[in-house]
Amino acid sequence: MTDISQPGPPSRVAAIARRIATEGATLVVTLLGLLLMTFLIGRVVPIDPVLSIVGERATAEQYDAVRLALGLDEPLWKQFAIYVGDALQGDLGQSIRTREPVLEEIARYFPATLELATLATLFGVLVGVPAGVLAATRPGTLADQVVRVVGLMGYSMPVFWLGLIGLLVFYGMLGWVGGPGRLDSAYQMLFEFEVTQYTGMILIDTALNGRWDMFANAFSHIVLPAGLLGYVSMAYISRMTRSFMMNELGQEYITTARVKGMPEWRVVWVHAMRNVLVPLITVIALSYAYLLEGSVLTETIFAWPGLGSYITNALFAADMPAVLGGTVVVGAVFVALNMLSDILYRVVDPRAR
Amino acid sequence: MTLLSVQNLRVTFETENGPVEAVRGVSFSLGRERLGIVGESGSGKTMTGRALLRLIRPPGRIEADAMIFDGQDLMQASERQMRGLRGRRIAMVMQDPKFSLNPVMTVGAQLTEGLRQRDRLGWDDARKRALAALEAVQIRDADRVMAAYPHELSGGMGQRVMIAMMLIPEPDLLIADEPTSALDVTVQAEVLSILDGLVRDRGMGLIFISHDLRLVARFCDRVLVMYKGRVVEELAAADLMAARHPYTRGLLNCLPRIGGARGPLPGLDRSGDWAE
Ligand SMILES: Nc1ncnc2c1ncn2[C@@H]1O[C@H](COP(=O)(O)OP(=O)(O)O)[C@@H](O)[C@H]1O
Ligand SMILES: [Mg+2]
Repeated sequence: MTDISQPGPPSRVAAIARRIATEGATLVVTLLGLLLMTFLIGRVVPIDPVLSIVGERATAEQYDAVRLALGLDEPLWKQFAIYVGDALQGDLGQSIRTREPVLEEIARYFPATLELATLATLFGVLVGVPAGVLAATRPGTLADQVVRVVGLMGYSMPVFWLGLIGLLVFYGMLGWVGGPGRLDSAYQMLFEFEVTQYTGMILIDTALNGRWDMFANAFSHIVLPAGLLGYVSMAYISRMTRSFMMNELGQEYITTARVKGMPEWRVVWVHAMRNVLVPLITVIALSYAYLLEGSVLTETIFAWPGLGSYITNALFAADMPAVLGGTVVVGAVFVALNMLSDILYRVVDPRAR
Repeated sequence: MTLLSVQNLRVTFETENGPVEAVRGVSFSLGRERLGIVGESGSGKTMTGRALLRLIRPPGRIEADAMIFDGQDLMQASERQMRGLRGRRIAMVMQDPKFSLNPVMTVGAQLTEGLRQRDRLGWDDARKRALAALEAVQIRDADRVMAAYPHELSGGMGQRVMIAMMLIPEPDLLIADEPTSALDVTVQAEVLSILDGLVRDRGMGLIFISHDLRLVARFCDRVLVMYKGRVVEELAAADLMAARHPYTRGLLNCLPRIGGARGPLPGLDRSGDWAE
């Protein structure tokens, strides 16, 4: 007698194939929608793309030539098709300010944000998850209160204020950390010329090149902004972990594990944690995605040449190709992270497969 | 021989509106026999069962004059000693396998966990024992069930897995808390007969908790009738249908609604002084 309704292997393969197909289709539609949005924004804003290239004093012939070169005489749908085609080939247009391809510029700025966001998220997870678990397993105790208060501070204190105080104390007064920027200026040049840049992330590249002096310097610069952003992400992650963990610890299967005589660490970190991971993955992905947009305030205070300051500067300069290109990249990062967290979700939750 | 002797067991929950007494001075003793606990919903059956394992979570609190299992007072035992008893010597089958099995672990991982973690068995040995346990609860495609996740099992199959899991360490006492209430009527009988056979064969003590008097009468040797955290009547199962106590009689009269709503019984005369 078989009363488990589990699909056999062949139908399981078919189901996975079907899922990949639908997900691929969703991905394509999402990215197209993203491009359509940036395309339309580019057409709607009251900035004449031709004028911003040729300048105010151009002749009518110059103006028309550029207009033709940009394909602006074509019908709108065709312009969009060209835009999509270019984007697929990695061409997001040229920056008005620098005349450089937008994608190349972003490729220089994005690693700074990626490095900062990753380190911050790592900190947020490594501290936030155990803190949340600690609080959930001892509700109402001093440990719980401490986690709650520290988390609340992370929510309520303005980041720029914390950043300024941090710089003042740890850099200005104590000299424990590097100041603004990703490296001391002395190292800046050396990094450009003596280090093979595999990723654009200074910590990784210097490590791969064995330049530990430079690694240490880069670390002293990133530790404060990463700690700051990590603190905010830790506040969020610890609070969510606490609430997810409390919920799981009230479930019947936890009693089952205890009835079996399992020690408490195993009940919490194996039985409950594997269930907590299911919603927690989404939370972590969200907070990571939020940081990957490039947090403008932090990047400004710490003179961090990341995506957030790139887009903001472009916006102030009315450099539309750069703004829209940056937006496309941010959107694509969101989509990619979403996919990644979907995949991880399936890994940890058999019911979602 | 007495396996378990409970004197004046109380379970109290501290709530915002003052203490709630879920169990109010329950005493009984048990040999290697089958003891039924019946009573309407909320009468404290589950809390009594869990108190025996000292598994009441805060804000719940357990008190008893004594709770002696096989010569050892569980009230005096350390948490470490309790962990040694749980699973190995006292086990519990819970009501609904949908909630009582870990949804993200395979059945195999859950079945072998005790053997691997506590008894330090290797994967192969643990697996063999688990397969044998599944066969003992009449699961034929045991290999496939081992690889399945709980949501891929039917209720009946899930409860058999639960029973197999709890019986692997061959406990001396099994507490079964409404083990068939969440199952279809047709499956209930199957699961019960499996449980019955295993308890008989292995000579375990059994505490069988149910709101279904007829079931308990058939299945047990002796019955405690609980009301509002107290034992209002204790009698041999054979005498149950002839019980005189008004509450027990009331429960008997309310019987035909198996699987129906299980709130406090509406048609019950609560005017006696037992009902305070
Ligand atoms: N966490 C809790 N807080 C307050 N009271 C509780 C809690 N858990 C259970 N109780 C009380 O314990 C009583 C007995 O519950 P229970 O043993 O589950 O009843 P039964 O299993 O007989 O249906 C319930 O009436 C309820 O009021
Ligand atoms: Mg109950």
